Amino acid sequence: MQNIYLRLFFIFFKIGAFTFGGGWAMIALIQKEVVDKHGWVTKEEFVDMLAVAQSLPGILAVNFSVAIGDRLRGFKGSLVAALGTILPSFIIILAIAMFLTPDTIKNNETLNSIFKGIRPAVVALIVAPVFSTAKTAKINAKTVAIPIAVALLIFSGIPYVSNPIVYIILGGVGGYVYHVWSLGNKAKKGNEERKLK
Amino acid sequence: MNIYLKLILTYLKLGIFGFGGGYAMLSLIQQEVVQRHGWISLAEFTDIVAISQMTPGPIGINSATYIGYTVPGGSILGAVAATVAVVVPPYILMLYASHFVRRHQESPIIKGVFMGLRPVMVGLIASAALLLMNKDNFGSEMSECIKSISICLITFFFAYFTKVHPIILIIVAGIAGYFLF
Repeated sequence: MQNIYLRLFFIFFKIGAFTFGGGWAMIALIQKEVVDKHGWVTKEEFVDMLAVAQSLPGILAVNFSVAIGDRLRGFKGSLVAALGTILPSFIIILAIAMFLTPDTIKNNETLNSIFKGIRPAVVALIVAPVFSTAKTAKINAKTVAIPIAVALLIFSGIPYVSNPIVYIILGGVGGYVYHVWSLGNKAKKGNEERKLK
Repeated sequence: MNIYLKLILTYLKLGIFGFGGGYAMLSLIQQEVVQRHGWISLAEFTDIVAISQMTPGPIGINSATYIGYTVPGGSILGAVAATVAVVVPPYILMLYASHFVRRHQESPIIKGVFMGLRPVMVGLIASAALLLMNKDNFGSEMSECIKSISICLITFFFAYFTKVHPIILIIVAGIAGYFLF
């Protein structure tokens, strides 16, 4: 395949079609393709891109394909790569949605009991990353109150108070204020120490 | 308001505030599509998460496509609208803000903001888990509840302490459900 656009599209299509479980599983495959196999970006660039794709909102794999496509061929490249990532899940889910609507599940006794077993398992699959993410986010005795408070306030169901967007904004602004404030404190301390000397 | 417009506005919002990946996005999606718009019930929401886990692709895309199609008044066009809407804001940010973020990675603004966001993300995932622990998913009768809780605990054990793939866990839970309920 000579055309770079076609190649970009098919690589990301393949990644979109064969990675189950989203995010991180996809990143490993993307690295294999664009760093190891095609050498389109260096390992360092890849890590850099990952840091940015991870910090911005949105779906990690899509963000990443946009970054790679843009790096290689500008806007057109990013469009092709993003389409490649999105299309497989779009097609598969659309096919499922056509046959497996919420009503089909409800009205079919077998499906109904199967999903009754699946639902509590899904809850467990969401509880597990609470702990693993807490570890990677380096939650300690001092900061553990934040996730607990956020979870309970969202769970409370009180209008406005239970809106997750409130805490995303508060977290970002609060983190900034705290960071600047602690930098200021460090600077002050440094100054005082210098004066004492 | 037109359902398509509602879908687009909702998923644009999810795209803008969807920090921290799939699981953290769940409570945002839940808040919008279950709580605010009542497009689907909590049990149906859980089913979508299950379907997302068993099919390739990111959960954010999967849920947008599925809800855009199955929502009352939805269609293939609804699926396209929601899917495009959830991707567009981060797409634009990725193209235009990524240079800014890369250049200022060490700046107090970026560092501080992400330091503050991290514990919030953990809370968001926890809230999604809490919200799903109700009688929609665990049943209202005592005997049903006990079976559900057992499935939940066993799945948690394997999900957290072993490397068994989530798809396997969901399939096993489905088989267990077939025989138990």
